[in-house]
Amino acid sequence: MTEDGFRGREVPIWIFRGDGLSGEERQYMVELSPGMVVLDAVLYVQQHEAPDLAVRWNCKAAHCGSCGAEVNGRPRLLCKTRMDDYMRRNEAVHVGPMKTFPVIRDLVPDIRKNYEIARRIPPFTPAHPAPFQLWPEDVERLKEFRRCIECFLCQDVCHVLRDHHRLDHYMGPRFMLKLAELDMHPLDTRDRTPYVRREGGVDWCNVTRCCSDVCPEAIAITENAIIPLKERVADRYFDPIRDFWRGRSRRPAPEPPEK
Amino acid sequence: MNIDPLHYDVLIVGAGGAGLRAALAAAEEGARVAVLSKSLLGKAHTVMAEGGIAAALGNLDPYDSFDTHFYDTMKAGHFLNNYRMVSLYTQEAPDRVLELETWGAVFDRTEDGRIMQRPFGAHSFRRLAHVGDSTGKELIRTLEYKILATKRVDVYPEVITTRLFLDDNGRAAGAFCYQRDDGRFLIFSAHAVIMASGGWGRVYKVSSNSWESTGDGAAISFRAGAELMDMEMVQFHPTGMVWPPGVRGILVTEGVRGEGGLLFNSQNERFMLRYDPERKELSARDVVSRSIFREVQAGRGTPHGGAWLDISHKGPAYIKRKLPTMYEQFLKLADLDITRERFEVAPTTHYTMGGLRVEAETGATNIEGLYACGETAAGLHGGNRLGGNSLGDLLVFGRRAGLAAAAYAARRPGTSSLSYSSIEEERRRVLAPFAIESGENPYLIHAQLQQLMSTYAGIMRSGTSLTDGLGHLERLSERANRMSADGGLHFNPGWGLVFDVQNMLTLARAILTGARERRESRGAHWRTDYPDEDPEEGRRNIVQTLGPDGRIKVRDEPVPEMPPDLRRLFDDPVSPGVKRQREEASRARGSEGA
Repeated sequence: MTEDGFRGREVPIWIFRGDGLSGEERQYMVELSPGMVVLDAVLYVQQHEAPDLAVRWNCKAAHCGSCGAEVNGRPRLLCKTRMDDYMRRNEAVHVGPMKTFPVIRDLVPDIRKNYEIARRIPPFTPAHPAPFQLWPEDVERLKEFRRCIECFLCQDVCHVLRDHHRLDHYMGPRFMLKLAELDMHPLDTRDRTPYVRREGGVDWCNVTRCCSDVCPEAIAITENAIIPLKERVADRYFDPIRDFWRGRSRRPAPEPPEK
Repeated sequence: MNIDPLHYDVLIVGAGGAGLRAALAAAEEGARVAVLSKSLLGKAHTVMAEGGIAAALGNLDPYDSFDTHFYDTMKAGHFLNNYRMVSLYTQEAPDRVLELETWGAVFDRTEDGRIMQRPFGAHSFRRLAHVGDSTGKELIRTLEYKILATKRVDVYPEVITTRLFLDDNGRAAGAFCYQRDDGRFLIFSAHAVIMASGGWGRVYKVSSNSWESTGDGAAISFRAGAELMDMEMVQFHPTGMVWPPGVRGILVTEGVRGEGGLLFNSQNERFMLRYDPERKELSARDVVSRSIFREVQAGRGTPHGGAWLDISHKGPAYIKRKLPTMYEQFLKLADLDITRERFEVAPTTHYTMGGLRVEAETGATNIEGLYACGETAAGLHGGNRLGGNSLGDLLVFGRRAGLAAAAYAARRPGTSSLSYSSIEEERRRVLAPFAIESGENPYLIHAQLQQLMSTYAGIMRSGTSLTDGLGHLERLSERANRMSADGGLHFNPGWGLVFDVQNMLTLARAILTGARERRESRGAHWRTDYPDEDPEEGRRNIVQTLGPDGRIKVRDEPVPEMPPDLRRLFDDPVSPGVKRQREEASRARGSEGA
């Protein structure tokens, strides 16, 4: 277990206090305990000094994805980020809300838009009702996608959303993952490629792999979800050999009819 | 203040598995449904369920059957269960699992492509359909996306419900709520209300439950006149994390033992061989919890007061495939590699078997138009819940409550009327904490309540401890009347905690009262002054109501008696499936010999 040298030591933590209009970091003192995570420190402040300090959390074990925020500018789950990692490096701890979304208060962002996108995604449409015969290897492949805890750290870090504010054009990594998962379910009957391109906006992703880097569930979002989706879109719309047979036209292929 | 109520056919308090399944069922029947979620959609405590859904699909063990599952569940519940609920549950659970698959859930598979099932404590056969060790996440994510794609269901995220309204005829008519983000009040009127707000594990200090599990639906219904039952029955899960302090109480899935994990005391003795030589580590939860507790009491506990759990003999590849979340959880939060080392576990408050008293088929309570399902309702699990029966409970009885509430709402004409004065009265009550100067800190009151309950009504109780506990609780409740809130209306956790603590104080009183009333040890309820089961006591469920004077009234309700054909199952020391299996085996041996 953690070196007990940190136990009982009082250390400062800087937490953003404010709303969408104004706010500032404030310093609080926290008594360290072994294995303490940043969420423990935030809740300590809530209990001892600032009862109205706003933070989302539920499970405290990285299953629910509620406590996404930024620690020293990096998107993280607060329940999985250890205080002693910073203490060891003599680094101060600064906690703020996810930057890509509007702030409701303190560490709580307004992430309603993510649920609006989720609502629009065409649902799983199986060929027939269960029972299904699914092979273990199919299930293993889907499992990576289904590990997602919807913490939205990937949406937070994505350049298209964070720096260019293009959530209206590109659904973001979480929903590329969802679309890839549905697409790869052996029983799903929908053709989702046109949707991935048009509504999903998969072309906006420029494959910087930041989403894979921040994913607390270690899902290779770019590599295993977005790139395969991009390949499907490319095969469908930009296949040069098919274009050649279509009469050497340089025009893009016509939009396929929607299902 | 805008007091225009929002009208719905069915109002559902709670957005875990039970609430969402109820919403789907009600919407299917054509009802307009509102779901009130205390957190964001998909974050409810269901997400934490790890082990699986118990359903007698018989994919691995063809001798499994609903009557075998019935036998296991009644026996584990020490016959306090409502047998009709158990019967419905065990017959319908397989369909509910398959339906999830139709909606997109992806369960672990057998080699021939069917749903895999794992063994679990006190189940006769391999029975739990599962997704690694994150089955609850799969369940709630599946229902979440199904709800999002369903018309007629509006989900209100981050809403606190403070009061249930009845109309002039004493029927459920709506609720008073506020939105966490901006503190805006929401008044709902509805023809039918379903309480699906989970349990109240946060009443105790060491708990596997999230901040939300404060029993809001049960407490506000109790205040409105609903009956609570079996409140003394609180499940202490044998294996919670122990160290470091920040993770104390977080669940270690029973799947670890299901997959072959062994328990040892500080003297390296596999003590479960002594307490239950037959089922060993996979004994019922109440038995394993008490065994660990006794070992610690006897001075054979681990450094931080628990037992060792060891799965390392299964090898890293197997553990990482079957228990990936556990592996990750210990590595990240406790610096411990469970593929190589054993780890400390101790009992943690996990589940409340008691709750609102309901009709088996519909989830209807004693208040007309008010329904309850899932952990909020009592009856299915009796004195002790079998692992895996909770996720199935949500689906089976969530659906049943949704159907019944929608049917009732369709029968009730017009809009439900709410009285202006009761709305105004509640508005004032909800704002009151801001007006109290130098009041009590709700965080502190909560911590003291947790300490109190763990001391006086924990895994081990006695008449004296419970009476003392009630005395302390009365004094704490008096102080709690002066709980105050700082800051503003926008996303203010301290303000919300005032109502959480009020609800928990109410339910804590019912736990202490019920526990003092039950003069025996049965299932999760362990009285040192009455250490044995008493057949007479086992014939009653303890029912509580709240009088207008604020006093609790206790009455007995006879445990529903099984019809003879079901009763006869229990003449055998083994379950029907195991019996059939043994008969078959001995016939096979006989014919081999011939």
